[in-house]
Amino acid sequence: MGEQVAAAVRVRGLVKRYKEVEAVRGIDLDVVPGETFGFLGPNGAGKSTTIKILCTLVEATEGTAQVAGFDVARDRDAVRRRIGLVFQEPTLDAYLTGEQNLRFHGELYGVDRSTAAARREEVLQMVGLWDRRRDAVQTYSGGMRRRLEIARGLLHSPQVLFLDEPTIGLDPQTRASIWEYIRELHRREDITVFVTTHYMDEAENCDRIAIMNEGRIVALDTPEALKRAIGKDRVVITTDDDGAAIASLREQFEIEAAVHEGAVSFAVTDGAAFVPQLFARLDVPIHSVSVTRPSLDDVFLAHTGTTIRDAERGGGNPFAIMARGR
Amino acid sequence: MTTEVAAVRIPAGGLRHELRAASVVWQREMIRFSRDRARVVSSLVQPVLFLFVLGGGLSSIVQAGTGSVDFKTFLFPGVLATSVLFTAAFAGISMVWDREFGFLREMLVAPVSTAAILTGKCVGGATVATLQSLVLLALAGTVGVPYDVVMLLELVGLLFLMAFMITALGLLLASRVKTIQAAMPMVQLIITPLMFLSGALFPLSGLPGWLTVLTHVNPMTYAVEPMRSVVFARLDTDAATLAAFDPGIHWGDYRVSLGLQVLVVVLACLLLLTAAVARFARTE
Repeated sequence: MGEQVAAAVRVRGLVKRYKEVEAVRGIDLDVVPGETFGFLGPNGAGKSTTIKILCTLVEATEGTAQVAGFDVARDRDAVRRRIGLVFQEPTLDAYLTGEQNLRFHGELYGVDRSTAAARREEVLQMVGLWDRRRDAVQTYSGGMRRRLEIARGLLHSPQVLFLDEPTIGLDPQTRASIWEYIRELHRREDITVFVTTHYMDEAENCDRIAIMNEGRIVALDTPEALKRAIGKDRVVITTDDDGAAIASLREQFEIEAAVHEGAVSFAVTDGAAFVPQLFARLDVPIHSVSVTRPSLDDVFLAHTGTTIRDAERGGGNPFAIMARGR
Repeated sequence: MTTEVAAVRIPAGGLRHELRAASVVWQREMIRFSRDRARVVSSLVQPVLFLFVLGGGLSSIVQAGTGSVDFKTFLFPGVLATSVLFTAAFAGISMVWDREFGFLREMLVAPVSTAAILTGKCVGGATVATLQSLVLLALAGTVGVPYDVVMLLELVGLLFLMAFMITALGLLLASRVKTIQAAMPMVQLIITPLMFLSGALFPLSGLPGWLTVLTHVNPMTYAVEPMRSVVFARLDTDAATLAAFDPGIHWGDYRVSLGLQVLVVVLACLLLLTAAVARFARTE
């Protein structure tokens, strides 16, 4: 693996248009070799389309993308040999055993036979499935299947591992364990991980994240820096009359508040110090108050003006449905 | 746990890699076939019904016109072809299941050509179908077909070739059908007519004009007819019986030779496979 690679992923002016929808609206991106790069955004933000372009599954309408130093459009097979893929949807043969699925993959990718068996054992050990290798995949749980897919994605020693929503549909405990494996990866492999998720809390596991909304990257930095840039705490209150509360906040404090997920929400510099003033001066009875340090949800809110859940629920984005049907 | 990384090397492409990919796709078909006993048994029921029930039932009324040959003997190569037809068509259409359960994507995103994957699938379907037909071949003696080693080998070869063609056709159909529910009507619509219009169940002699045209454009006819010729060459019959039951294929006044018939099947294999590759390469 003596190749010199400047950037693990390099994207310039990427655009993808489907008949009526512009799924990706011109994005630029550089992923450094060895980092875990998170790609965040609500369903339908264009994450999956972008990842499919990077994996050579979909052709871009405009712009260029290089992965592991090769152009995804011109050097398709060179890119494919250097990337591992774990999709949202399962892609295992449930009738085969775990090991047979890996063997199939190794042959398909032309893995050197002298090292293939040792490599199979290694990746199966890594995801804790070595003891179950002779069982048919149909006897595996959802979490085990996802782990097997990750092991398979690593089998051919890729330089970049793409994980498209690797934790979707899994329970919180299994989600946490999948991230455990992803972190463990970096200790064992010389690899770049490119992961998409719409769970904001999961993005804390990434070295850097890009937040995508409606086809554009709206923020890109380390999770810490993004949160620091917000600079404000989030205050969420429940009241008798949300409309009156918002009006009163504007009048008394010159604060712009909005209703998100059924509660009035706004940002202030020092949340803890603000609460006593709030009770003293707000005209509307308050039922509850919570003050939180900025989270990535707030980062998303600050950059898009909506919470990630509202963005997903919100109509007017036909692409969300389209992307899933694809 | 070890800390050492057993990084593996992947050599760049080439024919050897393509062959490995095709071969592992073939192996997967074999593994799945060996696990699926129900499929093995069920696919044998229909041809046995055709041979002994249809053949037995009709032989009493057609006996008058068959001279020295039992109707079941006539039917034997046709029933062999029919059994292979359904197994191979299913093997090709199984790609719809692979799509539904996501495994198609695992195959199509690999750094190999779609042609290698589909070729492996075709050879796999042909192997499975031919293996199943061996059970029927073993019954040859019960319907008056001699156990001639060369004939049996010729039949196996022809069955394999035909099964390859039909699997390729199944793949082409699978590229158009996106759901499992739509796959079965496809079999009824495309595969069943292929059987009836191939001369597998009745002789090609003395057919009405429209039926003659349809049987002659059906590639399966060119796979069934050589099998019948191979069998009839070993039977002790008179010229009149031969003319009625194994009349051969005629393009106008030209009697198509056995070699040309096989060539038609080979060309159909290539054409169908190429079309399927073009369609699958475009689906993602």
